[in-house]
Amino acid sequence: MRLANMLQLGIKELRSLARDSRLLILIVYSFSVAIYIGATAMPESLNKAPIAIVDEDRSPLSLRIVGAFYPPHFLAPELIPHAGMDEGMDAGRFTFALNIPPEFQRDLLAGRGPTIQLNVDATRMSQAFVGSGYIQTIINDEVSEFARRYRASTMPPVDLALRARFNPSLTQTWFGAVMQVINNVTMLSLVLTGAALIRERERGTIEHLLVMPVTPLEIMTSKVWPMGVVVLAACAFALLVIVEGLLAMPIEGSLALFFTGAAVHLFATTSLGIFLATVARSMPQFGLLLVLVLLPLQMLSGGATPRESMPEFVQVLMQAAPTTHFVMLAQAILYRGAGLEVVWPQFISLAIIGVIFFSIALGRLRKTIGMMA
Amino acid sequence: MRHDQPADLPTVEEALVVRVTDVSLRYGKRLALDAVSLDVPAGKMVGLLGPDGVGKSSLFSLISGARAIQEGRIEVLGGNMAEARHRREVCPRIAYMPQGLGKNLYPTLSVFENIDFFGRLFGHREVERMYRIAELLDSTGLTPFRDRPAGKLSGGMKQKLGLCCALIHDPDLLILDEPTTGVDPLSRRQFWDLVERIRRGRPGMSVLMSTAYMEEAGRFDWLVAMDAGRVLATGTPHELLVRSGTTSLEEAFIALLPEEERRGHRTVVIPPRTGDDGDIAIEAKDLTMRFGDFVAVDHVSFRIERGEIFGFLGSNGCGKTTTMKMLTGLLPASEGQAWLFGKAVDPKDLTTRRRVGYMSQSFSLYLELTVRQNLALHAKLFHVPAEEISGRVEAMAERFDLADVIDALPDALPLGRRQRLSLAVAMIHRPEMLILDEPTSGVDPIARDAFWQIMIDLARQDKVTIFISTHFMNEAERCDRISLMHAGKVLVSGSPAALTAQRGVNSLEDAFIGYLEEAMAEGNTTGSPFPDNRVASPAPALAAPASAVTAHEKGRGFDVRRLLSYTRIEALGLRRDPIRATLALLGSILLMFVVGYGISMDVDDLTFAVLDRDQTATSHDYVLNLAGSRYFIEHAPIADHAELDRRMRSGELSLALEIPPGFARDLSRGNRVEIGAWVDGAMPQRAETVQGYVRGMHAHWLAGMASHQPGQPLSAGLVNIETRFRYNPDVKSLVSMVPAMIPLLLMLIPSMLTALSVVRDKEMGSIVNLYVTPVTKLEFLLGKQLPYILLAMLNFLVMAALAVTVFGVPLTGSFFTLATAALLYVISATAMGLLISTFMRSQIAAVFGTMVLTLLPATQFSGMIDPVSSLEGLGALIGRLYPTTHFLTICRGTFSKALGFADVQHALLSLVLAVPVLMGLCVALLKKQEA
Repeated sequence: MRLANMLQLGIKELRSLARDSRLLILIVYSFSVAIYIGATAMPESLNKAPIAIVDEDRSPLSLRIVGAFYPPHFLAPELIPHAGMDEGMDAGRFTFALNIPPEFQRDLLAGRGPTIQLNVDATRMSQAFVGSGYIQTIINDEVSEFARRYRASTMPPVDLALRARFNPSLTQTWFGAVMQVINNVTMLSLVLTGAALIRERERGTIEHLLVMPVTPLEIMTSKVWPMGVVVLAACAFALLVIVEGLLAMPIEGSLALFFTGAAVHLFATTSLGIFLATVARSMPQFGLLLVLVLLPLQMLSGGATPRESMPEFVQVLMQAAPTTHFVMLAQAILYRGAGLEVVWPQFISLAIIGVIFFSIALGRLRKTIGMMA
Repeated sequence: MRHDQPADLPTVEEALVVRVTDVSLRYGKRLALDAVSLDVPAGKMVGLLGPDGVGKSSLFSLISGARAIQEGRIEVLGGNMAEARHRREVCPRIAYMPQGLGKNLYPTLSVFENIDFFGRLFGHREVERMYRIAELLDSTGLTPFRDRPAGKLSGGMKQKLGLCCALIHDPDLLILDEPTTGVDPLSRRQFWDLVERIRRGRPGMSVLMSTAYMEEAGRFDWLVAMDAGRVLATGTPHELLVRSGTTSLEEAFIALLPEEERRGHRTVVIPPRTGDDGDIAIEAKDLTMRFGDFVAVDHVSFRIERGEIFGFLGSNGCGKTTTMKMLTGLLPASEGQAWLFGKAVDPKDLTTRRRVGYMSQSFSLYLELTVRQNLALHAKLFHVPAEEISGRVEAMAERFDLADVIDALPDALPLGRRQRLSLAVAMIHRPEMLILDEPTSGVDPIARDAFWQIMIDLARQDKVTIFISTHFMNEAERCDRISLMHAGKVLVSGSPAALTAQRGVNSLEDAFIGYLEEAMAEGNTTGSPFPDNRVASPAPALAAPASAVTAHEKGRGFDVRRLLSYTRIEALGLRRDPIRATLALLGSILLMFVVGYGISMDVDDLTFAVLDRDQTATSHDYVLNLAGSRYFIEHAPIADHAELDRRMRSGELSLALEIPPGFARDLSRGNRVEIGAWVDGAMPQRAETVQGYVRGMHAHWLAGMASHQPGQPLSAGLVNIETRFRYNPDVKSLVSMVPAMIPLLLMLIPSMLTALSVVRDKEMGSIVNLYVTPVTKLEFLLGKQLPYILLAMLNFLVMAALAVTVFGVPLTGSFFTLATAALLYVISATAMGLLISTFMRSQIAAVFGTMVLTLLPATQFSGMIDPVSSLEGLGALIGRLYPTTHFLTICRGTFSKALGFADVQHALLSLVLAVPVLMGLCVALLKKQEA
């Protein structure tokens, strides 16, 4: 294993990449515009939730409740007749429909505990949960406020001081931006290394390499490092310019630590890319494999929905995926300002996964080399 | 410019098949054709001669209409080729076979399927097609190989197949670009016989053909000599000989060249070998290679001395390349052994590799690196000392006449120059041995002579051993010894003169063909790649059936049969590569399981811990209130603030509570107390949910406290809120996610399937069939799309069935509506792939582009997790336009909300609209001519 060979072959990869202008445009796009769009599109947990109200009471209290729903959490409520409720929910025009019954205010003041009906479109999971909680709180607040004019409060004097740490205003954009960077880092590193190997094979240049004094280990390393460097640079750009600059997200922890973690992660994903390329026999097959691998890597790594609510078997399965550990590492360092003493298990996991992928890929590369020539 | 034209009279004009006037063509800055004017007489066999890169191929691609005309005027068959209407009208009358072995064929399709495809493209009916194919196969001797994939044919057979494909529609003008380059002498001879026989059957047909073999030039009726983008001379072979005062056309051509080019040419002189020291450089003993039950190389043995030039001759596919690969260690031998420099070949032996230079048959250098960078990279990899590298690079560039293109990309160079670059690369490290696999095929005579001079110098002066394979007989004559190979066996070895004498013939070519025919007569069974086509029907071959005329007239409008012919090859390609279809189907099932179960919106099992500085029954009660719920899991208590900070930073805790000292005491006294709660905000969605839960439980606990105090009315009882979760009463993620997985997977997988279909044609060269056949852009696109739509629909049915049976998500609405929407949707999804494919130029970019343009919008902007109405910014706009959004609405609607056709008509309408928009973009981006 000679460093000079790997350096030269690696520089060749970088030069190849520099020639494919459309690919470069795509890379730039995916680490700038795509991240920005992706991050800013993500709504706050409850953002502009469409709500309709059937007000059959038309009392000061019911009007007060209607007036309590406003942006950004809710869209201005649509006042509809009782008959329009089912139709609107079927068409998906609104997620929530609130039905205030006739004589609501009177019953309330009489202490009869009237019932408000809240219909929730439960297929929209993300809004359904949080939204119904909000709606209940809003109604309760309005009702108690209203009732307080008539009766004194009797609640025990215990306050709950709820504070969110690391992202005090719970800005969804910050979360989305970093997850977007992670997703693109994974995607790009897989595509670049895998496709570079398949291209060498389809064009016959791998044969040329194999008659030269170059070993498979050198060939593989020379694909891993330059692609890793390119993706790392793209990642640094996205994080510093787009995320920290344009989206103004405060970065808590050490960037150096994060980039070291990203490098270890890239070692694992680029190796995985080589592995996929040795499995696929042509570019179309590689493309499909990529979809099959990337989708779970993105959706189940904990970057889209919380890991702890996934079923046990998925959680165990995803321990083998580098993205799972990278997402944990990135969240800990970037949001919570964690240091190495906290994230060392993720580093070790990533390194182990990387070494395993690398060895398997190298073994397969050695084995398939006869078939490639 | 010396430009001889036939007398320019109006009467002659009718007898012209092609008229080229002042045509120039530029590739970037490079001028490929320089104001060329040329009148080609009709009904003749016209040859285009000239060295590499003089513009022969460019001229042909312009005449055939494959490339757009930049400057000047070209008339073909009586009309202007710059007009799309004329091109459409005449393209059924023109057949174009591009340069390169089997470039416009489909390698995975069989011989029959390839011809059949072209027959369908030109609108022949079944009966007629079968008749013609049988006739063509018969006359080319390809009948026994009817079912062999085109990619597995030898070069000569590929060219014959290419000819069959060109002839299926009875063209009036046949354009063949170097059809015999890279083809062995026997196949070449057969090819010529075939062309002549066809011309006898169709005397009116004009043939335009270019060649690099001067010995073939004498067989043309009329010649065009070209150099440096200009026409040097035209006329019959005899006229050219007379004019140049030479005896052979090769000499005549050299005489026609401008003075400065001729000066570089010297006749190759071969000094006799001296100082035979008997060192063996290469030795092979019983080398055998088997691929399955096919024996590619059968017990081949030879010994090559140091400094010897050893030639390997043989027809295409006889095992030359395989033998060379075994020598280099690229292929492990099935049997037997080989030694280089007395050491057994060992793929792990890096030191021997350094002493060998190898050049493979296919061009295998880095197209993205310039000539200089390619040379330098190889020098470095072969460990040429750093201080010598630039000197070596200059020297090689000088030697192989690459100095003027040193900073150009190989792609911009003509074939012959690229071959020279390959050679230069193989020799950059001063190897002691060169293994060269057909190094000169495609290289023009002058360059070939220069190249041989170099090799002879190397062998004689530097004692470099050269092992070379070739098709050129005059090259074989320059070798010290040659071996004739056939069907994996060495037939005979010896010096060229000895072999010719042994056979009792005049030339080595005759000797070669004699040996081969003898060998085939002996073993004329299955393995022979050369059927003797002399027995094939000599007859009125290919007299045009009457119906051919009707086929010509169908060149316009939209033709379903042409569309289906593309569908067929795409479907056959899919069937030949079952891994892709399997991956698509099984993969989607697998993903549906993993992701369908995996994505969960239910936020539970949240971790929390308490810093309880009160430690009373009341504080314990408060904690129990949380720990008892199914949403929270309590972790070990926290001791102090530092620990709280550390554990939250590590992400271990989603929630930390702090109960102040004196909590119970203050509470009982009615003093205000405050419980602190920290929520991990790293995941805002989760944090919001946690906050909601904590608030709720806090309120619940307070209400509980209040109710324990007698005389206090229940404040929680002011109003009841009855929450009804509709469509998904248990609020299960599965019911929400499974119908969402169908749109997601039906976008990602079908678009990836089509994403490579056009760009692959571009990389392989078969895109030329779109350029020169009557197929329209829309037919081409729809034809390619159709099989993938069917596959995607199958995929849809499987997923829908799984959703109902395995996942138990009932389909409450109209299946008909869902299926209609699915059909519209997969048309859009496949069109997205096609769109990316038509736009991109490399496969890598197409793969990456498809991922970028489908994954993000489909997973995040289409309402899978967050409803589209809540999205912000550009993402919201993309979400509203993206087809996945609308199909997702229909999917969830029909699965969970019992909706029917009328309820989802808005979404359906959007899907309907997406189809023409996407297909229109594809058609607009696809070019019917090369720019």
